[in-house]
Amino acid sequence: MPPDEPQSGDLSRRFDYAAAFTAGLLDPDRAPPDAVSGPNGKAAAKRYAVYRNNVTVSLIDALAASFPATLRITGADFFRAMARFHIRETPPTSPLLFEYGRDFPDFIERYEYAQSMPWLADVARMERAWLDAYHAADAEPLASGALASIPPERLADAVFVPHPATRAIRSRYPVVTIFAANRSDGPVGRIETTDPEDALVTRPGLEVFVRHLPPGGAVFLDRLMTGEPLGAATAAALADSTEFDLSANIAGLLQAGAFTAALQGE
Amino acid sequence: MNGLVAASRVSKTSCFPPHPVAGLAGTSFKHEHLAAILGDDPKGGFFEVHAENYMGAGGPPHDALTKIRRDYPVSLHGVCMSIGGPRPLDKAHLGRFKALVDRYEPALVSEHLAWSTHDTTYYNDLLPLPYTPATVSCVADHIDEVQCAIGRPILLENPSTCVLFPESTMSETDFIRALVRRTGCGLLLDVNNVFVSATNHSYSALSYLADFPLDHVGEIHLAGHAEQEDDEGDLLLIDSHDGPVADAVWKLFDIVIGRCGPLPTLIEWDSAIPEWPVLKSEAAAAQAILDRHADSHYVFGKAHAAG
Repeated sequence: MPPDEPQSGDLSRRFDYAAAFTAGLLDPDRAPPDAVSGPNGKAAAKRYAVYRNNVTVSLIDALAASFPATLRITGADFFRAMARFHIRETPPTSPLLFEYGRDFPDFIERYEYAQSMPWLADVARMERAWLDAYHAADAEPLASGALASIPPERLADAVFVPHPATRAIRSRYPVVTIFAANRSDGPVGRIETTDPEDALVTRPGLEVFVRHLPPGGAVFLDRLMTGEPLGAATAAALADSTEFDLSANIAGLLQAGAFTAALQGE
Repeated sequence: MNGLVAASRVSKTSCFPPHPVAGLAGTSFKHEHLAAILGDDPKGGFFEVHAENYMGAGGPPHDALTKIRRDYPVSLHGVCMSIGGPRPLDKAHLGRFKALVDRYEPALVSEHLAWSTHDTTYYNDLLPLPYTPATVSCVADHIDEVQCAIGRPILLENPSTCVLFPESTMSETDFIRALVRRTGCGLLLDVNNVFVSATNHSYSALSYLADFPLDHVGEIHLAGHAEQEDDEGDLLLIDSHDGPVADAVWKLFDIVIGRCGPLPTLIEWDSAIPEWPVLKSEAAAAQAILDRHADSHYVFGKAHAAG
């Protein structure tokens, strides 16, 4: 830096403009900052409102793009009002908008006007998982026949490495059915089932897949994803559901591309 | 700082063809156009992407950009580095930006004279700043830091603004000239932004351009704008990027290219995105103006900041 350049002597003044400018960006009740004006001293209320509008509308649009099934279920007006409340309460902290909305499902669960749709938060959780899978690191899934190389007596100790895109979602509602119906372009008919559904979300190639997990399957996948060996994960799955079918679950997970490696245990 | 620049220029094996961008018109790259673009024959022009959309770890965005980069020059346009903010740059974000520069070897790299993050909040808009010697110093440090990290100069884009800061003691063109002198950065001249700001602040766009350091411009942006009203009911323009380029902006563009020669020129269209042929024909209109001026003595006469 050339030594003759003016240094910012008054640090507090340097910081003023951003603090003053942002104070009212997410708060429509605040007056525009004194620090700005139009040309020749013209008023700046409508001028400042352009920025306020850009911020709120662009963030609502970002949530609408990330949660299209949630939007379709609620309708645009309901969704945009709900998103506006969320943005004012929890604005983004990262410039990566595809990371925004992690707290949105929990917000929906608490949102006063969404209480008549208790499944809505789980649909949003599915959409958040879908977006995470979409942007996750690329990796070659483990081949379906890969377990054949592990001796049968060592299988219980085998540990699985989850694909970076793999997520397990548990729900007390038929979330996979509701999600699938509202993410497609076609008309949404009446959803007859009320049975709880757990989901596997992953992306073995370029396309994100969502699958309905059978009884015990979500616990089984959760345990494997945290690095528990196959034997312990099986025991946990059986404790969750007596209907748990080990070979069907293993085959289903491998076929879906949920893992990238299986390591022979110690 | 110079040492760091040198260190980050360690040669590596290139993964993509060089695809020069000189004299070309291009468009924003939108995923919905991918199939149509890949089916184009012959291929021409270039594509610009918003860097932040490619900062995920993997998946379809990187697959699409890789396909585009194989066939076309790519311009990497950062939207949220907050170069114009008073706070230190986000080091993690700068690291992600550098990784994209390294991975895709873009023909052009640019960022905005604006800010979007303050404290812990990201506001997702390009916010304005006062023009003073103190802010020159702070913004120049930020540009130095970015250029040092990525090992090459950036093109800095002039903003479109709706408000002024009475505390400003420098004109925008003086401010930008000081940044160029301090950092060696190049400039991205957004002609629509010039028109929008000139209208909003009641000055002449031609006077602004006459005072703009055109010798340092390495890329031009053109875009559509929307009309609103200010508190007095006067016209207030918004750089909405949601429609065709206005006639007045085309006229200014023609004047700039007449003076500068055929600079790489981008049609920005970021919302209400049309079918690919519509966007492509806007780029063709820009290309026709570039080609008309290509015979002028400027063509081989200048080394622009874009290199």
